[in-house]
Parts: sequence; structure tokens; C-alpha cells
Amino acid sequence: MIKPVSVAALPVAENFIIQKNRIENDAGPGCKRVCVVTGTHGDELEGQYVCAQLAKILNEDKQKLSGIVDIYPALNPLGIDSVTRGFPMFDLDMNRIFPGSQTGLLAEVVAHDVIHDIDGADMCIDIHSSNIFLREIPQVRVSEQTAAELLSYAVMLNVDLVWIHASATVLESTLAHSLNIRGVKTLVVEMGVGMRITENYCTQLVDGILNLLHELGMWSGQIGQVRKPLVSKDQRIDFLNSDAHGIFIPGASHGSHVNAGDCIGKVIDPLVGVVVEEVLAPNSGLLFTLREYPVVFGGSLLARIMEDSKNG
Amino acid sequence: MDKNVIYSIKSLYRESMNIIGYTFGSGEHSCCVVGALRGNEIQQMAICAQLIDTLKRLEENGCIANGKSIMIIPCANHYSMNIGKRFWPLDNTDINRMFPGYDQGETTQRIADGLFKSIKDYVYGVQMASFYREGEFLPHVKVMDTDCKNRETYESLTDFGLPYGLIRIPQPYDTATLNYNWQIWGCHAYSLFSNYTEHIGRQSTQTAVNAVLRFLIAKGIIKWALHRGMHTRVLNEELIINVQARNAGILKKHVYVGEEVSEGDLLCEIIHPLEGNTIGRIKSPTDGTVFFAYNKQLVTEYSDVFNIVPFSYT
Ligand SMILES: [Zn+2]
Repeated sequence: MIKPVSVAALPVAENFIIQKNRIENDAGPGCKRVCVVTGTHGDELEGQYVCAQLAKILNEDKQKLSGIVDIYPALNPLGIDSVTRGFPMFDLDMNRIFPGSQTGLLAEVVAHDVIHDIDGADMCIDIHSSNIFLREIPQVRVSEQTAAELLSYAVMLNVDLVWIHASATVLESTLAHSLNIRGVKTLVVEMGVGMRITENYCTQLVDGILNLLHELGMWSGQIGQVRKPLVSKDQRIDFLNSDAHGIFIPGASHGSHVNAGDCIGKVIDPLVGVVVEEVLAPNSGLLFTLREYPVVFGGSLLARIMEDSKNG
Repeated sequence: MDKNVIYSIKSLYRESMNIIGYTFGSGEHSCCVVGALRGNEIQQMAICAQLIDTLKRLEENGCIANGKSIMIIPCANHYSMNIGKRFWPLDNTDINRMFPGYDQGETTQRIADGLFKSIKDYVYGVQMASFYREGEFLPHVKVMDTDCKNRETYESLTDFGLPYGLIRIPQPYDTATLNYNWQIWGCHAYSLFSNYTEHIGRQSTQTAVNAVLRFLIAKGIIKWALHRGMHTRVLNEELIINVQARNAGILKKHVYVGEEVSEGDLLCEIIHPLEGNTIGRIKSPTDGTVFFAYNKQLVTEYSDVFNIVPFSYT
């Protein structure tokens, strides 16, 4: 059933509207509820295909569902509609204003409505797809402070990597943080690249979400083989930023294992036709992030490598 | 006056972007003024430019106190300004959400780092700030209410001689701004808000320039005579009342920034954008002064159309 989550009047003969698709079966009192949300950043589209596939599978085999799955494909519908990462006509990143405010500006009221709607759910999966610059392998990101509680769920999602990252004050205003402190266990998925759909990643995550539902006792339908992700614990993560400006040409394939000294790519200057920077892997490990957008400034992130575990 | 490149960045096909700091006097790093960090902060840059022009003459006349120095950085983002963009050209990130910066990080983190390294040790810091809401403000100066409160920082709010001094409780998204990090670093940091952002108001430029000069005089950094400006009313930002639109359409304002209103006065009407009839009327919830007025013609539901500072509060 399609339900409105947040509605507000736009200036000329249109309402702003966020909708969700509630798929439920056997949903008595005390039943479990899982939310799948995406589209906070209007240029991240991988989640669109995940939502569509998930809704299709659940609807086709609804009697095998026990509980409620709420699917929110677009928290920033105006952004998705206009190829805009942010919330149009609002300066701040939409994922920096949660939990929002009932008396704030439109984006803040919307953030408040979204939190209010999800509140009380057992789990939430917040799907992001990087940005237009970087390609990511399917991964779950959890902060150090929530890792103890979330790690056992993160590994159910059929991703390749679980990245436990340091906490930062600015991240306290994300959707995930705001939900986690309210007791809605929220997992942030990052995968693929902005403005594109990577079909095999989407299918992989759909399998993972079905597996999670199965583990929660909400899904008795088919589930595929679930992979065991690498978990960043004590391993070092190398950030490779460009020191030059130019055009980046990748030299290694995304998601592959690289050895120390391998060429990850080069930055070239098309005007004079020379290589201005050769980018080498400082350590052996998994090349989980790789630059997709060729133009770089000094500082542009080119790759991230998760170093091999010392104990194999 | 000394003119130094404090940070430089190159792009593939553009000339280098050199961030220039103008220094007056010598000795103790007494006060640093930062102008545009965003490409549309034209008023903020123009205020700094006029300040530099004034300080040149003051320096020639020996008005900079011995052993004190002032640095002004009028613009730290001309790459964006020259193409009419508010944020960084390539990735649309905001330099003012990257402080204290990181020299091994992304481009705008590196710019923030380069800038912060040269300005963090000043005793006083003044940022010409702009707000994310579109509209016109009464000029005011603001401090962040961080854990490292310093009585002098708050008391000096009145030294600018602007009508309002605000104290803001920082939100998580404030923690990566210049003002916040300056203060964490031990600098007495102020954000000075002028009336406009993209528009240069002649009078508002002069008001802001005088406010900074007055502050420099109060701190003994320059020796000069300037009228004392206005009595500053210091208040917590949360006491300001937001007046929200509950309809969407064309905004027809009946009051403007700086006007005094009584409870029940008509502040604005919302007009049906296609049919012309009035669909909403917003009345003042209190007796007070109009502190902020939205300045776009179209309003969305929940737009903050006015902010009013009440005459009295308990
Ligand atoms: Zn995102």
C-alpha cells in the first residue's frame, strides 16, 4: 500500500510528497517492521533498483512475509527529479539535518517527518551510492560506537565489506545516527557510483536484505547464497588522494586485490601529453574505492585500499 | 601593507587560485578578518576590500598600534566566484564545512587546512558570514556557545556597535565551520552578518567596515576616533521568533527588515500564484523588531518568512 510520509505545498500548484510502499503480511501487534530507505542524495540512484526489486519479490510471495517492510525509495524526490545531490533550494546536505524540526524549513520538517515515520521500526537499511566521483564495492559502514550492536546484522547483508569508521560530531546529524540513538538499528549501505545503476550490486544487496529478513524471522521465501564480508577491524585503510591536477586514468580494476607497488592509475595533463602523477598502492589489500570521474584537483580522492589482515 | 599568498591551488586549465592575505602592522597576530569562503559572498568580499582600502590610509597615518598586526583575507574562493557558484566548482563542497581542514584530504579540506594554519593563532577572528537562508538581515554579530566559553568573547560582542549580538548554541553541522574551530583553538571568534550576500549594499558595507574598525579600536589594535555606533542588544539566538509560511504561493510583504511591529499586525499575504486571490495572511505573533525577512518572491510551505526579535522576554 502506498502511503504519504511527508507532504508540503510548493509555490505553484504542486505538493512536495515523500511516499513509502508498505508491504505487510501477518502483521499483528508486536510484529516486526523493517524500513528500507534511499534517495537522500538525489544523484545516488543504485537504491532505486534495489527498492523496485525488493517490492516485486515481496509482493509476488507475500504469504512468505511475516511482518512489515516499508520501502522509501526517495527521501529527496526533488533532488532525484533534477539531478541534484542536495535538497533543491536548501544549502545543507540533507543527511546533516536529522532529526529535523517541526518548526524548521521544508527540508527540516521533511527530516522530522521521516524520522517520525520510521521511529519504532526494528531495523532500517539506508542505501547510498557514493557520489558521481567514486565507485564503491557493496559495503556497510558502521561507526565505532555502534559497531558492537550492529556488526552481527551488517554481515547478514551479503556485502563484500563492513567498514567500521571513527565517529565524528558532524555525523551526529545523519539519518542513521538519529535512528540508532532512537533504538532503530540502522545500517548504512554504500555501493556503486552516483548517477548510475550497477545491476549486479543491486541484486546482491536485494539477496542480502532478504537474508536479513529471514534471519529476523520475517521471510520464509527463497534466499540466495550469502557471502561473508571482510570486516575492517585493525586493518589500516589507505586513502590515496591526488597531489596533482589533471585527468585520472585508472590502472587497476575496482574491487580487485592489489599488491604494494601496483599501479592504481595515473593523472595526465592532456595539454602537454605527460603523466603528472603515477599512483601506486602503498600496501597490499582490497581496492574497494576507485575514482570514476576523471577530472581531479590536488586533494581529489582517487582510491581507498583496505590493507590485508596481518593474521591472514 | 604586506600582501602574501597564504594558500594556492591549481586546476587543469585555469590560472592558479591564490588566496591572498593583506597584513597591516607587525608583531602580535592580533586580529584576522576573513571574507568570502563561498562564491556568492560578494558583499562579504566587498566589505573586506573596503576595509583594506581604509586600513591602508590608517597605516600611512600611523594608526596601527605598535606591536599589533591585522590580516584581512577578502576572498578564499575566487574559483567559485568567477563562475557564479556558491560552492566548490568540481564537487560542490562548502569550504566552511571543512574546518579545521586536513592537508592530506580532499581539495576543500586542503584549502580549509591551508587557510586555518595561517589564521588560527590570531587573538581575535572575525568572519564575514552569510546564512543559508535567502533574505535580508539586520546587521549583527554572532558567537558560538562552545564548551570553551570565554567571558571576554561574549562581553566584546558590544564592541562592534551593531544593533544585535547573538549567542548561538552550535548544532552538529556547525562544528566544521571556521567560527567554531577558531573558538575551539582559543581565538575570540565572531561571525559578522551583513544585510545581504550577493548584493553589495553601500550602506551595509560601510556599517560592517565601521563595526570591524570599532572593534579594532576597542581592542587597542588601531588608534583612531570613530563614533561608537549603536547600543548592542545581546541575546540568545533561540529567543528570536521564526514566523513560518503555512501556505505556498507569491509572497506579498507588508513590513520590512528593521521595522517595529505590534502583535497582530499584518506581516505579509500569500497570493495564489495562478489566480491572484489571497490565500493566507500572516500576523505578527509578538511586539518586536523585524530581524530577518525572506526576499524571494515565491514561498514554499514552512519557509521562514520573518524572524522577529521580541521587545521583551522572560
Ligand atoms: Zn549518499
